[in-house]
Amino acid sequence: MSQYPYRRATRRDILKAAGALAAGCGTATVLMVPAADATPAAMQAAIRKVIGEAPVRQGKVTLDIPPLVENGNTVACSVSVESPMTPNDYVKAIHIFNEKNPQPNVISMHLGPRAGRARVSTRIRLADTQSVVAIAELSDGSFWSATTNVVITLGACLEDN
Amino acid sequence: MTRALINVPPKAKRGEIIAIRTLISHVMESGFRHTNTGAPIPRDIVTSFVCTYNGEEIFTAELHPAIAANPFITFHTVATESGTFEFKWTGDNGFSATASAAITVE
Repeated sequence: MSQYPYRRATRRDILKAAGALAAGCGTATVLMVPAADATPAAMQAAIRKVIGEAPVRQGKVTLDIPPLVENGNTVACSVSVESPMTPNDYVKAIHIFNEKNPQPNVISMHLGPRAGRARVSTRIRLADTQSVVAIAELSDGSFWSATTNVVITLGACLEDN
Repeated sequence: MTRALINVPPKAKRGEIIAIRTLISHVMESGFRHTNTGAPIPRDIVTSFVCTYNGEEIFTAELHPAIAANPFITFHTVATESGTFEFKWTGDNGFSATASAAITVE
């Protein structure tokens, strides 16, 4: 036995660990409250802060996120925008926002006519089931958006360590 | 130690649209978590990413805590001339990392 200083996890251990984890997440929910989570209103405010007062229209943007995600710590997310990407007509920036993380901003990416194709992807964190918004800023000053709902089974639990 | 992984095609035809994939190892500590004793863990994230192609800025990004650990970003550019791509990440606590990749355009 001395060769194996650790013992195999028994069913009891696993149940205990699961209980502790659940309790931990429970505490997290309680502790999260004073952190003032982003709300749809906070997201709108954040969007206005980034893009100003310009009207945002639906369309042109495709936001690809799996509709059902098991682990909110890493969610693959890609955004593409219909644009010819010529020096006169191109996508200047792509912003991503969320509703229910502690902060509404996710990422802002700045492209140019040299990008050739307005398609970017990254991996994001999502704390809860919510909708994610991608907004594209075109060179003519117009803004286009797409919204996707994502169901998260296990959120980016704020207290896990 | 910081490790950056860059994926740029080594060769491309002039005018071809190429995909660039980047990944940097970083914890991206959100600043919203607490230790077991309840002490807040301070924020430690990468806040900005810049890519230049032969000295000209072609892509920049501002990152927030909602970006997953080990930030992974992909984007495209038109291969115009042979040269180098320079990548730079900067972040909290004076974090800074660079990487580069060469491309031959025919």
